[in-house]
Amino acid sequence: MIPPSFEYLTPSNISDAVALLQKHGDEAKILAGGHSLIPAMRLRLAEPGYLIDISGIGGLDYIQEESGQLRIGAMTCEAALEESEIVQSKYPLLLDTAKMIADPSVRNMATVGGNLAHGDPANDHPATMLALRASVVAEGPNGTREIKIDDFFPDFFTTALAEDEILTEIRIPSPPSASGGAYLKIERKVGDYAAAAVACQLNIDSSGSIENIGLGLTNVGSTPIRASSAEELLKGKKPDENMLAEAGRLAAADSEPMEDLRGSAEYKRALVNELTQRAIKLSLQRAEGSR
Amino acid sequence: MSELKTTPEVCGMGHSMKRKEDARFLRGQGKYTDDVVLPGMLHMDIVRSPYAYAKIKSINTDAAMAIPGVHAVITGDVLKQYNLHWMPTLMSDTQMVLPTDTVMYQSQEVAAVIADDRYIAADAVEAVEVEYEPMQAVVDPFKSMQSDAPVLRTDKEGKTDNHIWHWETGDKDSTEKAFQNADVVVKENVYLPRIHVASIETCGCVASFEPAEGKLTVYMTTQAPHAIRTVVALVAGHVGLSEEKIRIISPDIGGGFGGKVPVYPGYVIAIAASVVIGKPVKWVEDRSENLQADSFARDYHMSVELASSSSGKMEALRIKTVADHGYTDAAANPSKYPAGMFSICTGSYDIKNAFTEMDAYYTNKPPGGVAYRCSFRVTEAIHAIERIVDVLAQKLDRDPADLRMQNFIQPEAFPYQSALGWEYDSGDYPRALKLAMDTIGYDDLRKEQAEKRAKGELMGIGLSTFTEVVGAGPSKDFDILGIKMFDSCELRIHPTGKAIARFGTKSQGQGHETTYAQILAEELGIPAAHIQIEEGDTDTAPYGLGTYASRSTPTAGAAAAKAAHKVRDKARKIAAHLLEVSEEDLEWEVGKFYVKGSPEQSKTIQDIAFAAYTNHPQGLEAGLEATHYYDPPNLTFPFGSYICVVDIDPKTAEIKVRRFVAIDDCGNIINPMIVEGQIHGGLTQGLAPAMYEELIYDEDGNILNGNFMDYLLPTAVETPNWETDRTVTPSPHHPLGAKGVAESPTVGAPPAIANAVVDALSHLGVENMDIPITPYKVWQVLKEKGAVA
Ligand SMILES: Cc1cc2nc3c(=O)[nH]c(=O)nc-3n(C[C@H](O)[C@H](O)[C@H](O)COP(=O)(O)OP(=O)(O)OC[C@H]3O[C@@H](n4cnc5c(N)ncnc54)[C@H](O)[C@@H]3O)c2cc1C
Repeated sequence: MIPPSFEYLTPSNISDAVALLQKHGDEAKILAGGHSLIPAMRLRLAEPGYLIDISGIGGLDYIQEESGQLRIGAMTCEAALEESEIVQSKYPLLLDTAKMIADPSVRNMATVGGNLAHGDPANDHPATMLALRASVVAEGPNGTREIKIDDFFPDFFTTALAEDEILTEIRIPSPPSASGGAYLKIERKVGDYAAAAVACQLNIDSSGSIENIGLGLTNVGSTPIRASSAEELLKGKKPDENMLAEAGRLAAADSEPMEDLRGSAEYKRALVNELTQRAIKLSLQRAEGSR
Repeated sequence: MSELKTTPEVCGMGHSMKRKEDARFLRGQGKYTDDVVLPGMLHMDIVRSPYAYAKIKSINTDAAMAIPGVHAVITGDVLKQYNLHWMPTLMSDTQMVLPTDTVMYQSQEVAAVIADDRYIAADAVEAVEVEYEPMQAVVDPFKSMQSDAPVLRTDKEGKTDNHIWHWETGDKDSTEKAFQNADVVVKENVYLPRIHVASIETCGCVASFEPAEGKLTVYMTTQAPHAIRTVVALVAGHVGLSEEKIRIISPDIGGGFGGKVPVYPGYVIAIAASVVIGKPVKWVEDRSENLQADSFARDYHMSVELASSSSGKMEALRIKTVADHGYTDAAANPSKYPAGMFSICTGSYDIKNAFTEMDAYYTNKPPGGVAYRCSFRVTEAIHAIERIVDVLAQKLDRDPADLRMQNFIQPEAFPYQSALGWEYDSGDYPRALKLAMDTIGYDDLRKEQAEKRAKGELMGIGLSTFTEVVGAGPSKDFDILGIKMFDSCELRIHPTGKAIARFGTKSQGQGHETTYAQILAEELGIPAAHIQIEEGDTDTAPYGLGTYASRSTPTAGAAAAKAAHKVRDKARKIAAHLLEVSEEDLEWEVGKFYVKGSPEQSKTIQDIAFAAYTNHPQGLEAGLEATHYYDPPNLTFPFGSYICVVDIDPKTAEIKVRRFVAIDDCGNIINPMIVEGQIHGGLTQGLAPAMYEELIYDEDGNILNGNFMDYLLPTAVETPNWETDRTVTPSPHHPLGAKGVAESPTVGAPPAIANAVVDALSHLGVENMDIPITPYKVWQVLKEKGAVA
């Protein structure tokens, strides 16, 4: 439970950090909240020679709504999401998710940027960001670029970030009126990764029909999964119980879970099915309530 | 006990005195083994086997030794030179300290590195090159028992199978006859899986050998320091360690639960290293090592049968058990009891015929099994009986509370002789169950359940009406490696009327510094706040067998009362001298002697203490102190009635414990607040195996959940609101009428929870589910029964 020795570097701005990444290549790792990376290092599963701690870089910790977007600095910790008034009042899906991640002591350290950059399909924010149709901002030697969340998780534990890029911001389109969202997660105990979890974000029109919907699935595949067939089914509809059940079935069919200690693939599919229906229902209620 | 005999200032029995030890614990000033830092101290880390069963072809230590700061790499071959590569277990089996040729379970110690600091040691562990030749592990005891199974303990000459021992008790023939004649027989296979005590403090020690004096001091996470000292003297006598030169100090302990009774190889290696190198050596396990290598608990496969009349009168019980002990029997039972007190399995019921037998087998898993917060296999026994009683109720279509009431040993039947040989000291089971039912509103819950069931909702009510057997034990039956299981108190009263008392037990969170002081306050009238309690240092404390199996109050607590009585006897002589009356003319009232008929003529215990040092009567020794070694005449039998209500989500199978009422009876109570705290802790450690915990191995013997991400300890979030209450049925033979409490809830809670879940599913034809009962398991049952798509 003790990592091998490594060099600990503390750049004070992003360009220095990028320069360090360029210099040390795949021997280097960014250290954010450390709550995914350090456990891996303690078990000697990750053995970086250089740790580039970006917690000393100012200006990466913020939650702001401007020009139709919610912007979250990469170093914003989960606890800050929970406490944010804007998140509490307008982003129920984000609030639900932050509350379901780990436990309070982890949430004080773990960052939203790290949660995405780790590329772990078991993490909760990836599915949430899929449902919210977010994008992330990466900064590298050639400046910044914006990456759509659907392009961010190409493969198992892999992200679209280049070796010398740092994730600096997450951008979420501000929800229109009559929007609602929810995150439902089944875990074996508090602090556990999901056996399965479903993120839903939607808005409804004046007749109560769904205008737009995003559905993301956690830990039921080698990457976070968008439940696109269920999204398509529901778009423009005012779903009854039968249609909800069909949406659940479609989402389950889109998932690709594997058996592990949390249960069989069949069990996880059944959870996706049920949680999808419940998340949509809860989101619809919340959307009605926010009119 | 309702009326208090002492004032809040004196704080004797029955007062909820705040724990004296908490002053340091709450300030972070407890002193644990890992807080011990000695000059020149070196650090040890251990190389462990990645295989469950393998031949060691070679160990190359060159690269490790080449790392600056590495002092030694110790292997089995090194220890063999001192004949220390094997050691005896408490059950007279043998266990490797370090292997010379074969590893028998994954994470077994293979070699140890001694280095300047913990970090260098960890790097050196990586640098030790071990060449293994893996062999097919035997993981399942039912495979291990087959005649064609490979013989695992090839170190034992002439051993031709993997059988360890057979044990049986009860009347086989009468039980067989009762089964043949019975109207109704139910049978169930009940498995209590392998779990781990997972104390928050892992195990470790600082061994410090001073070559000049030949004295060995070991700071060590042990629940039984004296027994350890004697064992070290017996095992290492041949290398010159003599008992008067061995000092074991057990500092503050962060949870023991039975897991800190055994001697682990790490302790022995650290001691050997310190003796050889002549410097102090610290070894502290990390979490995964603790979980993967230290003794497990439970792992009993029980086949349980119960016979009754058609009217529900229980007539006979028969249990056949297969015990998986891993590669060596390293259980920590009294020596004459290989299966501990499993024969308490007739529980709270008047069952005239009973027979139980057990066979233990070796497998390629870690050794054990320790008595995890239970008095030696009582949890297993109670789970078996409490489950099978519910199976019988289901078969007879009877309410499980009603069936229990019908079969309870009645209050007037005590002392009760059980079919398997125990003499239950006291009990009132119907009263406890009635109180539990009234508290929870049992009849209304049953109505609610019927309504919910009609709507397709899943709700269950589970009972557990258990009897424990604790306080080992009477010397005629109870010993560990020949040392009788008495316990002791040495009490000294200071001239100013304050006191210090030392004990052979060792608190690991039980609050002894408070409760022992309260016992002495009760008996002497000296304020508990002014009685210092010490345990754990073998150079100062009187000999005793330590703390486990709820034995401290039944044994050392009684010793405290008896020592206080001896002090009082002498105090009477001094008081008679001071008051110039004869001893017979004196009457004791808490804290003072007064002259019969003229209470204004009196001497307080403080006056007497002062006189004992300043003005003692001629012909009487000066001073005021006493020692008592208490050999209990019998064990004590705490009991309780628990009722649990669960709601199950019919789609996701999530289980919510809606209510849990626990009525406990531990006889007279020393400190109600501490009892309450122990019950809360114990209930949570009952919830844990019932719904979360199990050590899981694959068929090659790899542990699949050897860390806290996957070995699921419940937290405050998972823990329901425990509703506790009590009845008080004093023990007739204990000087204080007390029984011991801290393990009852760990024993009683799992079957209540299991019974509740099975009850919720019983209408689907479910008769039994093995713990841990997880939502996934319930979902599988719902699926099998066609209740989910
Ligand atoms: C006990 C426990 C329980 C947990 N439970 C959950 C849970 O239920 N759900 C959940 O979602 N998560 C859970 N986590 C994970 C936790 O949320 C992580 O901390 C988080 O996933 C990673 O964030 P971090 O800031 O700690 O990142 P770090 O651990 O510091 O980094 C993680 C990875 O991302 C890279 N990285 C981090 N920030 C950046 C950046 N700005 N740019 C580029 N690369 C970057 C690092 O180099 C590293 O490879 C748990 C963690 C623990 C310890």
